[in-house]
Amino acid sequence: MDFLFYMGDVFAPVSFALLLFGTVFGLILGATPGLSPTMTVALMIPFTFRLEPQQGLILLGAAYTSTVAGGAVSAILLKIPGAPANIATTLDGHAMAKNGEGARALQLSFLASAVGGVFGVMLLIFLTPVLAGWALAFGPSELFWLAILGVTVIGTLDSSSVVKGLLSGCIGLWLATIGFDDIMGAQRFIFHDAVAGGINVIPALIGLFAIPQVIAMFARGRTDPGAEVIAVRRHPIGSALRELLGRKAPLAIGTAIGSVIGLIPGVGGQIAGLVAYDQSKKFSRESSKFGTGHPEGIIAAESANNAMVGPSLVPLLTLSIPGSPTAAVLLGGLLIHGIFPGPQLFTNYPQVVWPFINSMLVGQVLMCMFGLLIAGLAAKVAKVPHGVMAAVVLGLAVFGSYSVQHSMGDVYVMATLGIGMYFLERFGFSAAPLVLGLILGPIAEANFIQGSMIANATVGVWNYFFTGWMNWVLIAIVAGSVGYSAWMEVRSRRYTSKEEMLA
Amino acid sequence: MKTFIAGIAAGLIAATGAGADGHDSYPDRPVMLMVSYGAGGATDFQARIVTMTAGNEDALGMPIAIVNRPGAGGRVGWNWLATQAEADGYTLGAYNVPHFIAQSIEGGVSYSADDFEPIANWGADPAVFVVAADSEFDSMEDVIAFAEANPGGLTFSGAGLFVGHHIAALQLEKAAGVELAYIPNNSGGAGAMRAVIAGEVMGGVNNLSDAFRAQEAGTVKILGVFDTERSDFLPDVPTMQEQGYEIDDASVNYRGVMVPAGTPQPIIDRLAEIVPAMFENARVQSRMEAGGSPMEIMTRDEVQQMWSDRQETLEALLADL
Repeated sequence: MDFLFYMGDVFAPVSFALLLFGTVFGLILGATPGLSPTMTVALMIPFTFRLEPQQGLILLGAAYTSTVAGGAVSAILLKIPGAPANIATTLDGHAMAKNGEGARALQLSFLASAVGGVFGVMLLIFLTPVLAGWALAFGPSELFWLAILGVTVIGTLDSSSVVKGLLSGCIGLWLATIGFDDIMGAQRFIFHDAVAGGINVIPALIGLFAIPQVIAMFARGRTDPGAEVIAVRRHPIGSALRELLGRKAPLAIGTAIGSVIGLIPGVGGQIAGLVAYDQSKKFSRESSKFGTGHPEGIIAAESANNAMVGPSLVPLLTLSIPGSPTAAVLLGGLLIHGIFPGPQLFTNYPQVVWPFINSMLVGQVLMCMFGLLIAGLAAKVAKVPHGVMAAVVLGLAVFGSYSVQHSMGDVYVMATLGIGMYFLERFGFSAAPLVLGLILGPIAEANFIQGSMIANATVGVWNYFFTGWMNWVLIAIVAGSVGYSAWMEVRSRRYTSKEEMLA
Repeated sequence: MKTFIAGIAAGLIAATGAGADGHDSYPDRPVMLMVSYGAGGATDFQARIVTMTAGNEDALGMPIAIVNRPGAGGRVGWNWLATQAEADGYTLGAYNVPHFIAQSIEGGVSYSADDFEPIANWGADPAVFVVAADSEFDSMEDVIAFAEANPGGLTFSGAGLFVGHHIAALQLEKAAGVELAYIPNNSGGAGAMRAVIAGEVMGGVNNLSDAFRAQEAGTVKILGVFDTERSDFLPDVPTMQEQGYEIDDASVNYRGVMVPAGTPQPIIDRLAEIVPAMFENARVQSRMEAGGSPMEIMTRDEVQQMWSDRQETLEALLADL
């Protein structure tokens, strides 16, 4: 119960002011496309130079918490996921916004974030020693199978057909091979300097999601000048809360998946939301409603991506290994004050660690409150003509892509992928599987190469990748997932082939 | 935030055409320092600390903004600095030796040591050999004995190919006359360290600063330092030479500041004078020490010498590959 003992520190005037500042700043930056949680925390580090260690970390903890949730704002209102964690939120969130339910979508997303987030931080508080072992259990062979499992999810994610989903996933996997490869340093498909570093996920994300709708809006704007894009109906917070509590299944699935996947170094945050979304869809009785503005989609995605915040810090705090880029930046924030993370951290620096963790806990609640306030303000934005909306989204897309690493190359990548995606969408392909391919490709490849190098020096490839209960479990889930997709495809072919042909 | 302000300021000045013809007023706007590794990495972290006093009147008088251009073990950033960055003194780059020199010898990049002009060195982080805390190896002798009994069977991790860790691995193979299985990691030094702690590999080459921290955390044992003398952080760990392996300091990761070739000489001279003094700042020193980052401040002349020494050693070492 140490964390309760140090709870008072968080509410000391200066600390609490920093906590508020971190939360609001984090929400704003998180809602800005292109500024991922990693960037936001890195931008905050200079502010902590002059602060006491405890206060500096309160600021960083609050900022980390709220940027992850803030990404939902642009994902829902503009269909631009601020970071990979928010991809799944766009699928149903933007559909709801288009139906005039933007306020409801935002409220649900912040409430679900808070529930998932508080649960994740609780795990960090009570189960850190147990979880540390789990974080180490994923070696190259397990990560390889995990990435393959992610690839099998692609087919059933947000697509009219499994085959089209898999095809767009393959495009993503191919795009992921562009650039220098991570391990051997070989150059692949580099025909222009802009892609020498590979396709950066964030500009790709912005382009794939935002540009097709910009083009569509411009195209429609001429014929239908006064049209409203976002007409937001007011929605009382109380009923959002009741709705959330009424949909326990997606909330539980999202929180559980986010907590488990968040622990795995190097994979966590990027795919937690998508996997949770996909699983909720498979388990839901209303799975056909997913993708059309179904609240369960938002609840699953947002509870998952905030549940991952707490567990993602377990490897850093206990083993001194940053498991994600954001954790690496936080490590810098600790080191600057001469604090070395590790098992003794909690005994040597309780006055720093516990307020840091508490700040994430309190940050979740504050983030939720400010988020609900934003949702209320969004309801005041009533009529936005297509032309204006398209211009705003395009401006944000260019700004967001450029700001990732101050490179025009990323803007070209964003624009090219976006224009390509516009045509792909017209043929029924969808952006989410493509992005998932782009994220998973390098994970699968690098771990396969590393695994086979280790295997060749030791037990042989077959033994390395196909023995051990973790591998067996993952392989079984992969087989199950492929089987499910195949069965769905066969079934949908039988019943909807006519519409498919017409579409 | 600094980077944004720097960007806006740079844009404004470019727009109003107030560029300085003489170099007397240099710098009259914020300066950018390109780091070719991601935010949060050791190079990025140290670059942010050593440049934090740049805005002081006794230093540049203008802030230095860090811009990250990560990718492909640093190749992306250094390619950009060599071919696209403006050589006007407002674009600096952070270098990692032996990384960029080894990469230019290996080929496939558009830079070599001649494309850059060193300014000053701020840090030197030797490579060390680590094994998990519960490993049966207690000295380099045990490690090499195992490798002799199992040629090519000793797996050990490092941050990638053609970086300091890889150079250290090659030196060890050569000096001990054994065949080892070097496993480059795709997530850099942190990933390589994780592989050691999790027992995925039997050992690893890693940065002294990170290994020191991991040893404090009780997760690894450090068996040897790839340097010519012991480190102040680890006075009890013997060097490779002390353990009978002829390995010099070619793999030591030197970090410092450089500019693209073609930068006006007066500006280079001015930077070469101010920047090492900036690294000497007491606040910088205390922050670096707190973070467990070994400092080694070298002036432009010393760095030029170090670069050309490395070029020679690495060419000889990599010629055998």
